[in-house]
Amino acid sequence: MPSNDNSVTRRKLLQTTAFTAAAAASGVLAAPSVLRAQGGGVKIGFLQPVSGALAYSGQQGRLGASIAVDEINAAGGIKEVGKIEPVLGDAQSTPDGGNAEVEKMNSAGVCAIVGGYASGICLATTQTAARYDLPYVVDVGVTDAIVTRGLKNTFRFGPGFGVIAKTALANLIAINEKAGKPAKTAMIVHEDSAFGSGLAKLLNEQLPPQGFEVLETIPHPTPTRDFNNVVLKIKAANPDIVIPANYYNEYVLLARTMQQQRVRPKAAIYSILGGAASSYKFVKEFPEAAQHIMDCNHWFDPRNPMAQALKKKVEAQGQFFTYEVYLNYSATLLLADAIERAKSSDRAKIIEALGNSTFAGHVMPYGPTKFVNGQNQGAAPANTQVIDGDIQVVLPEAFASAKPVYPMPRT
Amino acid sequence: MHLSILLPAVVNGVLTGALYALIALGLTLVYGVLHIINFAHGALLTAALFAAFFMHKTLGVDPYLAVLVLTPAFFVFGYGLQRFVIGPASHGNDGNILLVTLGLAVIIENALLFAFRGDTRTIDVAYGFSVVAVGGMFISVPRLIGFGGAIVVALLLWLLLGWTDTGKAIRAAAKEKLGAQLCGVDVAHIYAVTFGLGTACVAIAACLLIPTYYVNPHVGNAFVLIAFTTVVLGGMGSIPGALLGGLFVGVVESLCGLYLGESLGQIGIFLMFILVLLFRPSGLLGERA
Repeated sequence: MPSNDNSVTRRKLLQTTAFTAAAAASGVLAAPSVLRAQGGGVKIGFLQPVSGALAYSGQQGRLGASIAVDEINAAGGIKEVGKIEPVLGDAQSTPDGGNAEVEKMNSAGVCAIVGGYASGICLATTQTAARYDLPYVVDVGVTDAIVTRGLKNTFRFGPGFGVIAKTALANLIAINEKAGKPAKTAMIVHEDSAFGSGLAKLLNEQLPPQGFEVLETIPHPTPTRDFNNVVLKIKAANPDIVIPANYYNEYVLLARTMQQQRVRPKAAIYSILGGAASSYKFVKEFPEAAQHIMDCNHWFDPRNPMAQALKKKVEAQGQFFTYEVYLNYSATLLLADAIERAKSSDRAKIIEALGNSTFAGHVMPYGPTKFVNGQNQGAAPANTQVIDGDIQVVLPEAFASAKPVYPMPRT
Repeated sequence: MHLSILLPAVVNGVLTGALYALIALGLTLVYGVLHIINFAHGALLTAALFAAFFMHKTLGVDPYLAVLVLTPAFFVFGYGLQRFVIGPASHGNDGNILLVTLGLAVIIENALLFAFRGDTRTIDVAYGFSVVAVGGMFISVPRLIGFGGAIVVALLLWLLLGWTDTGKAIRAAAKEKLGAQLCGVDVAHIYAVTFGLGTACVAIAACLLIPTYYVNPHVGNAFVLIAFTTVVLGGMGSIPGALLGGLFVGVVESLCGLYLGESLGQIGIFLMFILVLLFRPSGLLGERA
């Protein structure tokens, strides 16, 4: 290359480098680390993965928690303790990121932490918090190991994987029996990591004794670009029930491909912790593909006026009312109730108050709150079904807003 | 396996393969001429998918019409990228170019993540679910259009390279850079044009892909490995090779997915890849080095 080109090159390189550095710096500055709100009262840490792969879920979770904090503070704060001063943290979608935030929150003097979202993050952060006897309320994290390690500081308000899978199976059998057992065969389509594979194994063990024949179990990786083969196999096997267990993107692709190839199982599409089945976003964007899909998942109590008010509030902000929102909202209220009963921000007293909590002022379709080894025994998933563009609770009956449409009509 | 599954699986593989080919075309062109491996290819695809998505969402432009806007826009973007960023930053050293494109990929991907969050987005167009029924098969109309689009683009590129002055200059710069320069070819310009063409291919692929696919800031990664395989399989720098390679990869992936399961379906592609490298290192249609 001629030498006179070189000087231009160098200048251009500097420009490029400066641009790169600026972009990188703005990215770093923009990543929210620990932001502290002003005002006295009691400090609570809110830890969600608001950047990285889980960013969407983390942002939704933070939304739910901050609505709860605003409501409590607007009503004058926690009785005898004062207003909540939220300390927000970003777990950056990794266990390490979560741990770093727990350390920061501890030195910022929080009296408790709410959040974590992903099982992997929760496993790490609860353990770090335990070193400081810091009360920790898990918002979602379904892995049962979170509450079976004997950590005294850790509480999970929502249901774990075991309870969800058990309920899903029992409800499927109940729905099928009530309708005169129209379904005898099932096909499982699951993502091939711990969540989907674990579920598929459980179903393969437990469905046959209940009179269901599992025709085929199809694992697929995340991401999967194309579901035509899977749908062709479903078409050829023609099962009565298709059971998908995968994340949002793959769920949407699968449902869309099934609609396109005009494959509709005879009785139901019945998902368990389905990535999209109980998502208002999916229902709004693909009403036809979503019609009559059932799911067993986290869900709010549709008969509770508080839940409906929260839903309106979230939708007024232009956001979807996802499970992260109401689980974090409920977990924050649960903690505030415990702090109120502890009458102080003393960590040990809060842990004790959480341990004997009978909190009922939440928005979930749960039984009475009672913690055993940190797990809320009242927590349970709900069965939902997409009916005419809306998501209805069909089981448990005490919370149902509609009757299940089963077997689903063939269109 | 029953024929009623086998045949649709092959057809589906061909249709998917055409889109792989289209994405690989851009990559093979850039490799063939600039002799660089463009790591930013996947990120550019993601950017193009976002562009197509927002053109539909905010302006209501149909993705197939958006081709007319996005193709020139991405050509200019690619031209600028090579002329003012990659070229100057590389100091004529191929190793540097590799790192610059890798850096670009990181920047583009994270800028998109920062601007649009990790949310997955899809568009809903009236023809999104349309199918044509052929002998008991339901063939997706958007995929059929994607197939046609890929063939047309490959043909146009082939004609451009073979029969126009720009094409001759591109081929000259690819074969003998110094010689081309001595004959009055503005090599920096030609390199940038080539990169622009590669980027334009990605924009077309994005418009053809978005009606049946989704977009999030990491979506390009799912395609870029396939595109690299396709390029090597077809012969680095060969346009018909990329087309053939893409179709081949599509069918192999589809059939392996069918017989071995989706989790193992990818094995077939890379098995083929290794076999081709062993027995025909220059690729199916590549020139001998």
